Amino acid sequence: MSKGGINLKTFWPAIAIAVILFFLPPIIPRFYTYILAVIFVTSLLAMSLNLCVGHGGIFQFHHAVFYGVGAYTVALFLTKTSLPRGVGFIAGPIIAAIFGLLIGWFCIRLTKLYFGMLQISLGSLVWAIVFRWYGFTGGDDGIHGIPIPEFIDSTNSRYYFILIFFIISLFVLYLIFKSPFGTTLQAIRDNPERCEAIGINVKRHQLVAIVIATFFAGVAGVLFVVLEGSVFPDLLFWVLSLEVFIMCLLGGWFTFAGPVLGAAITVSLRTFVGVYTEYWTLILGVILILLIFFLPEGVMGFILDKINPEKKEIIEKDDE
Amino acid sequence: METSQGITLAALAIHFLVGLSRAMILFIVCSGLSFVLGVLRVPNVAHGSLYMIGAFSAFSIFTLLGGGAVAFWAALILAPFVVAIVSLIAERSLFKHLYQREHLMLLLFTFALMLILGDLVKIIWGAQYRSIMAPEFLRGSFPLFGASLPRYNVFLLIVGPLVAIGLWLFTNKTKIGKIARAAAVDMEMVGALGINVSWVFAFAFVLGCFLAGMGGALVAPTISITIGMDHDLIIEAFLIVVIGGLGNMWGAMVGSLIFGLTQSFGVLFLPQFAIVFPYTAVVIVLLIRPKGLLKSVW
Repeated sequence: MSKGGINLKTFWPAIAIAVILFFLPPIIPRFYTYILAVIFVTSLLAMSLNLCVGHGGIFQFHHAVFYGVGAYTVALFLTKTSLPRGVGFIAGPIIAAIFGLLIGWFCIRLTKLYFGMLQISLGSLVWAIVFRWYGFTGGDDGIHGIPIPEFIDSTNSRYYFILIFFIISLFVLYLIFKSPFGTTLQAIRDNPERCEAIGINVKRHQLVAIVIATFFAGVAGVLFVVLEGSVFPDLLFWVLSLEVFIMCLLGGWFTFAGPVLGAAITVSLRTFVGVYTEYWTLILGVILILLIFFLPEGVMGFILDKINPEKKEIIEKDDE
Repeated sequence: METSQGITLAALAIHFLVGLSRAMILFIVCSGLSFVLGVLRVPNVAHGSLYMIGAFSAFSIFTLLGGGAVAFWAALILAPFVVAIVSLIAERSLFKHLYQREHLMLLLFTFALMLILGDLVKIIWGAQYRSIMAPEFLRGSFPLFGASLPRYNVFLLIVGPLVAIGLWLFTNKTKIGKIARAAAVDMEMVGALGINVSWVFAFAFVLGCFLAGMGGALVAPTISITIGMDHDLIIEAFLIVVIGGLGNMWGAMVGSLIFGLTQSFGVLFLPQFAIVFPYTAVVIVLLIRPKGLLKSVW
């Protein structure tokens, strides 16, 4: 579905949306600004996962671990050390990527479901340690009241901070998606055997994809801390991993921007249905089932179909 | 709680037996999960929710019948059937239409089912902690090497192997069990022999869920029944099935033993990090034998 090369025309809608997002905070209520920021953070997490799942065909089942590691790293740097604050912000994604490299290195020798399962067990190991190590990570209470630098201590300034990093990350992810590396990755997803045969090092490409994805998961984790000022072990729990996985499928995992849509839908549902009823997961479940039955390619896949029917054929060809 | 300074032989023995009885519950739940995985090739994420429904149904039946010994046995026997009916409804009304679809879609469906069932449990039973009491002769404990072993754990140690034998007899000696096993190996061939594949799927799914319900009912007297118990269980169950070998019933047994025992000994040696031990064991097994300890049907 990707043709390689960057077409400037495709950027116009994205730039228009970004400009609108920049002018929104003074207009909309503060609560909505916050919700938008939550959507950005969640979207970035989902996008980073989709690099593995949608474009790489890797069963990255426990992606939330890296998000949590990024968040915990910056939280621990800010609360336990007196290093300049910037260090923690930079360390978050890097430590997350190192975890990604380590866990990925173990998992990459397996494929598909076995890969996912080994990752879940290694990830759960990290979760269990964070969950129980009261002296260091705060155990199941987590860490609260993390001192966030002054220049981002209002809702609006946080919003802009998160938005800027979200856009930069998305742009970098897009460049990766369109790069020769990204195309190779998609080729591996579609036919690993053939790629192996023409001399592509499949495992190494997948490992690099995992490291990149976990780096951006770490960025999302850091942004989460900026937004909420606290961390807790649920950030590394497998339920969140599955939720993010679902966001990718929901939005359309063969499309680039699909996960953003999936994240936006999930976060909005949780927020706005959650106002009316505590049973919002029931509603999410029903919507998911409706989607499975009626929009199997995800919301974004459906929209792309409607806009551009020729593209669909290309996607289908890719699937074979 | 024991500390690492004073581990006696008695403590070791007790932790071994408690771990073993915990493994029996895990085995019953995981054999069901493994069965569904083997035949349908779908990791049923909702399995934990059905286990939770089993425990809650056991509670309801138990209180409805007045809470005596009879009520206990009725709860134990009827709760799995409640779960089986729930799963049959889900399977026949929705799930069966998806078998031709991509596998991730089936996974997505079971996830949606987990979300829905989780909230339905919250609506029906509320968020309080519930508990049921085993009858008189299963309460209290046996003395053992100067320590004590709860009687209910002994009961579990008897029930576990009985279920294993029953399952083995069922899958190896009855016609329908043999069909289900054949379906796990080659579904198309089974269809070609004129067997209604859709019903084989339904049957396997319902049987797997029945076992989840049975595990839930059996575990009910030993824990506080509450929402969230599905999340705790399902990931353990998946890991057990994977380290045992997908779709292999005896593999589920081996995996459960590893998981239950490492957890139990973890409590003995390093209580704070007890939950780390089973995950470490799983990682070690997967690094040595990536496809599980016993032969996978996949």
